[in-house]
Amino acid sequence: MKIQEADAKSLLVAQGLPVPGWEVAHTPAQARAAAERILAAGAEAVVIKAQVLVGGRGKAGGVKLAASTDEAERVAGAILGMDIKGITVRKVLVAPAADIAREFYMSAVLDRAARRILLMGSAEGGVEIEQVAADHPEAIIRRHADPLLGLLDYQAREFAFEMGLGAHIKAAVAIAKGLVRTMLAYDADLVEINPLAIVRETDATGAAVERLVCLDAKVTLDDSGLPRHPELEALRDPDEEDPADREAREAGLTFIKLDGTIGCMVNGAGLAMTTMDLVKRAGGEPANFLDIGGGARADKVAAAMRIILADPKVAAILVNIFGGITRGDEVARGLIEARAQQTRDVPMVVRIVGTNATEAATLLEQARFKTAATLDDAAAKAVAAARGAVA
Amino acid sequence: MSILIGPGTRLVVQGITGREGDFHSRAMQAYGTRIVAGVTPGKGGATALDGTVPVFDTVAEAIRQTGADTSCIFVPAGGAPDAVMEAAAAGIATIFCITEGIPALDMIPAVEVVARAGARLIGPNCPGATSPGSAKVGIIPGSIHRPGRVGVVSRSGTLTYEAVQAMTDAGVGQSTCIGIGGDPIIGTTFLDILELFAADDGTDAIVLIGEIGGAAEEAAAAWAAEHLADIPKVAFIAGRTAPEGKRMGHAGAIISGGAGTAASKVTALEAAGFRVAGSPTELPALLRDAGYRG
Repeated sequence: MKIQEADAKSLLVAQGLPVPGWEVAHTPAQARAAAERILAAGAEAVVIKAQVLVGGRGKAGGVKLAASTDEAERVAGAILGMDIKGITVRKVLVAPAADIAREFYMSAVLDRAARRILLMGSAEGGVEIEQVAADHPEAIIRRHADPLLGLLDYQAREFAFEMGLGAHIKAAVAIAKGLVRTMLAYDADLVEINPLAIVRETDATGAAVERLVCLDAKVTLDDSGLPRHPELEALRDPDEEDPADREAREAGLTFIKLDGTIGCMVNGAGLAMTTMDLVKRAGGEPANFLDIGGGARADKVAAAMRIILADPKVAAILVNIFGGITRGDEVARGLIEARAQQTRDVPMVVRIVGTNATEAATLLEQARFKTAATLDDAAAKAVAAARGAVA
Repeated sequence: MSILIGPGTRLVVQGITGREGDFHSRAMQAYGTRIVAGVTPGKGGATALDGTVPVFDTVAEAIRQTGADTSCIFVPAGGAPDAVMEAAAAGIATIFCITEGIPALDMIPAVEVVARAGARLIGPNCPGATSPGSAKVGIIPGSIHRPGRVGVVSRSGTLTYEAVQAMTDAGVGQSTCIGIGGDPIIGTTFLDILELFAADDGTDAIVLIGEIGGAAEEAAAAWAAEHLADIPKVAFIAGRTAPEGKRMGHAGAIISGGAGTAASKVTALEAAGFRVAGSPTELPALLRDAGYRG
């Protein structure tokens, strides 16, 4: 699950990491009030950042500075409602503009191949880190946390010195360890700070000081970890979840909407992707990825059908079930029930093999469903049916 | 012959008295797998599977009493990593973890403990393995198999069934079929399984079924190019049409930034001498094209 920058920053603060204060505003007036407080506290300007779950906010014009309350209100008004990669901006983060001396990159991520937590850092922060990794792989510093003991102090020190953070070694070690601690505390698979920055500040006596702080934060959570962190459910952003996605998630289905005309209902992720590939190979375009999971019952099948049919572009439906844990007759019953409730007449091609396939075949035949024996045949029939429906 | 499991396998099922454990243990037993013990903490002394299998409180006790050497885990996600470590510490050589939904970070220490014990973990979130005609461990339907000499390794569940069924329908039998699991952190990789097949005198050809995300297929391809040059190899990669940056259900199946794409995997496999099928149903014909005569 992706979470917004402001929520990611809250998690970092809860783990003791240095993050300058911020406020979240949903309207230009709220942004103005936030800016007023921040400017009154001594900041020379505020930064206003679109809160959306897609990358490239800066390039899209979703991150801007404002030096006065009037400007803050105007800038927030421009950013709120802006479309960034198909997402409408509904809230902004308002924070004091930092006086940045130098930017770095630091992240903790799940390294699948090494089966360890990987700490990555670069002295080239604030930019496209993937580009740095591609062009100058040697510019990325890497350390694996110990699989049993976690990130050890000496590892964090080596890492921080290599990143060129010797002048801020204590803070850098604390942040490196904090990233790994944040991962473990919330079952995150990514905790990324870009930029991690040395900023110039004025201390209580008025003297100029430099401090290492997290200016941005990106955290993604492992969905499998969510059941043991129920409080994190509150960080799911309803503004950015499509109603179909929500219904699918609540029904225990994995659903991803695509642009084609052939709705797909399959059990198992690998088989669902294969079904999409074969639809495409047969000359069609899949309307979705939908995995009903293992052991799905009739009600789940009916929910899946509702979600597929809610997409007006769907002109045919392909059901492909290889029963293992899933019983074919259960799926057939669900399909019959779903068709009875169906408000729109969309041709359907059904292929059910494996556990209880014979019983399923009898049920489908009685209900006069169009069936197919092989996956290739099913894909071809669904593509033909969609063409017929469209023509 | 076969790899990982066979007629000599002595299986202990961890979580045998649960709903899933009971259901699939019956299917394994019906297939001919020798289930020598079950483990459910607190139910030691009871029996499972209609009185045919003794239940123990711990894996260590099950091994002492029955000589179990292989474990199959149906314990829920919260306790599964601990069950894996218990099995490894007790001396189980081959551990299959069927459980899905385990938080990835929980598997990091579990995988390390297994490695230090010198054991092998398959999964988690995997369908298990079948050595047709002798044993099946996990949840793969026994009916789809036919004994033979092709080794099958896959990251997926139902897609594996699809591919194996297509092979069986075409008269192409299997030595062992293994699903290694779709989670981000798994115990055994494609490459590990290819090493085992390479050393197995009962396996004459390889079918590899991968999907988008990660670089495990590429790593396996590089190894196969060097060590499996002389045997027929075919592959299928799911997710050619998946859009970038979308998670397709399997935690493993995510494409980002060009790495782990279907194209990169197909290219790597073809360069290593694999014939790559456009559909699982083409696998048996491609095996014949590659010179397989079994």
